[in-house]
Amino acid sequence: MQTGNPALNLSVFAVFVLITLYIVYRASSRNVTASDYYAAGSSFNGVQNGVALSGDFLSAASFLGISGGIAAHGYDGFLYSVGWVVAWLVGLLLIAERLRNTGRFTVGDVLAYRMKQRPVRAAAANATLVISFFYMIAQMAGAGGLIALLLNVESKVGQALLIAVVGAVMVFYVLVGGMKGTTWVQIIKAVLLLLCVTLMSVFLLGKFGFSLSAIMENAAEHNKLGEAVLNPGAQYGKSFVSKLDFVSLALSLVLGIASLPHVLMRFYTVPNASEARRSVVWATWTMVTFYLCTLVIGFGAMALVGSDVIAKAPGGENSAAPLLAFHVGGAVLLGVVSAVAFATILAVVAGLTLAASASFAHDVYASVLKRGNADPRKEVRVARITAIVVGFLSIIGGIAANGQNVAFLVSLALALAASANLSTILYSIFWRRFNTVGTLWSIYGGLVSCLVLIIFSPVVSGTPKSLIPTADFDWFPLGNPGLISIPFSFLCGFLGTIFSKPEGNNRKAAEMEVRAFTAIGSGL
Amino acid sequence: MTKALWSPAESRRTHHENSGFATFADPDTPSYVDVDGKPDFELIQSSAEFSLLRRRLVYFIFPMSALFLCSYMTFVLLSAYAYDIVSKRVFGVVNLGILLGLAQFVSTIIITLSYARYARRKLDPQTQVIRSMAGIEEK
Repeated sequence: MQTGNPALNLSVFAVFVLITLYIVYRASSRNVTASDYYAAGSSFNGVQNGVALSGDFLSAASFLGISGGIAAHGYDGFLYSVGWVVAWLVGLLLIAERLRNTGRFTVGDVLAYRMKQRPVRAAAANATLVISFFYMIAQMAGAGGLIALLLNVESKVGQALLIAVVGAVMVFYVLVGGMKGTTWVQIIKAVLLLLCVTLMSVFLLGKFGFSLSAIMENAAEHNKLGEAVLNPGAQYGKSFVSKLDFVSLALSLVLGIASLPHVLMRFYTVPNASEARRSVVWATWTMVTFYLCTLVIGFGAMALVGSDVIAKAPGGENSAAPLLAFHVGGAVLLGVVSAVAFATILAVVAGLTLAASASFAHDVYASVLKRGNADPRKEVRVARITAIVVGFLSIIGGIAANGQNVAFLVSLALALAASANLSTILYSIFWRRFNTVGTLWSIYGGLVSCLVLIIFSPVVSGTPKSLIPTADFDWFPLGNPGLISIPFSFLCGFLGTIFSKPEGNNRKAAEMEVRAFTAIGSGL
Repeated sequence: MTKALWSPAESRRTHHENSGFATFADPDTPSYVDVDGKPDFELIQSSAEFSLLRRRLVYFIFPMSALFLCSYMTFVLLSAYAYDIVSKRVFGVVNLGILLGLAQFVSTIIITLSYARYARRKLDPQTQVIRSMAGIEEK
């Protein structure tokens, strides 16, 4: 099916890339110290960072994946979006301010603060790298689907080539712009995306007489399930296991989002805790607006484009929003929406690459290998080299995962983040007795249990839609391991702590607690 | 963090001169700063002011977190296991499940705003008290 005009789409992309590259270049002028590269010199204010934070979440997975999920599965797609909004409360209430007060650049800063530096930093870096890698694969897979749709590239080789180009541009952003450049790209993209979805939603609502019910009724007529698609169960309701899988997914969503390394790292780009709080409040507002709009867009796509057409389009479910844009505003709107979606992928992947490279350079290179005596300039150079390696790996992973539903892949990254990071961060901030052994147990316990359960789940083998459809070793029935692995990591951290000696460094523990709550001693 | 009323060097000298009669000899001495002009974290941690801040914070954020997690999981469990209830039409084809989902949006906004207000009125002022005890002048 020919959708829009590939030449037009390509030129809208090109214009966007050029503009953002120019901004990244401008922002990069003083991008020399570690603080500049990792945290943009903490120079953003709460509003800017709030928009950038929401930009991290208005990813390809949520924009394309969730509007597509609603267009294909109705109610079950909507369930996804609720989790994305509620999850901000975890960041707001439990994490943002204490993290800002305690750390400087990475999650490892907080986790290792009063623990033995080398093992804890190594563990934190391992978790960050694994989580970022999963999340990145999801974004790159989304890029493949989107490009397939827009440039009408049907062959797998052509798509792979385009994924590689996306990856290369993204690495370039990170190398030149650092955190500052990446944040500006994120802000621009978030504003564009919000404008886009809001205008489309208002248009759709206007078309159906400003009645949500009318859109949904019309949508149901264009889905093979009929009105049943408006009720739960279209995607997850088949059996006991699939329902449990859904509950597991929901838990991973709500606990995982604020535990993602690239989101945590964003809290360091603001000068102090109250700006960090303000940024989450702003992010919450934009997310609420955005996900209300995806509800309208998802059902709108179902009504106007039809679920069958969407399923058959190149890119599958992920193409619902672009197809709707084409239906509503023709080739031009399609070009704009796709450019925004494309920008989204670039910006989010850039943020992820930055988080992964910061974690490696700051935690592994400077603290583990150089035992805290690394030259800061050298550290930044290591971070840049890591960014290239991470970018390369994600291109390969993205090519391998091309065609999977991106929202689903993201849910795996979220399960990993919630399992490895959330328990450990909460314990180390709020539990005085928590010690190095507990930290290691909860990071590795969560990470390893989650990975093992993913490997032996239907995602990897056993069904025709698996990564390896020919093999069959799926003894774990759930597609998302969060329901098991998140409580497991809390348990590991608890047991590891009570079965080992207390840290014995009360001075450092007092320092961390006072610093986390009041920022005394952080220089803020 | 060393923006005490005097520089660390002066603080050390004061301490030296007063070594016989401890710190209360000088009423201007910020009580939670040690001889090097650095904040004494253990002393701050055990102070009544810090306990109050910690209590106010913990007693707000943990019950709130439990509340929103419960309400969210209730919505999820209802959607998964109580098909008949959430499928009930409320108006037009809009069913109870969609409304419950939208209610999660509303409750998120309410909790966000109430925390921001609570932090502004109860947490930030108390944090300032402790910070000034430690000799930090606000910009």
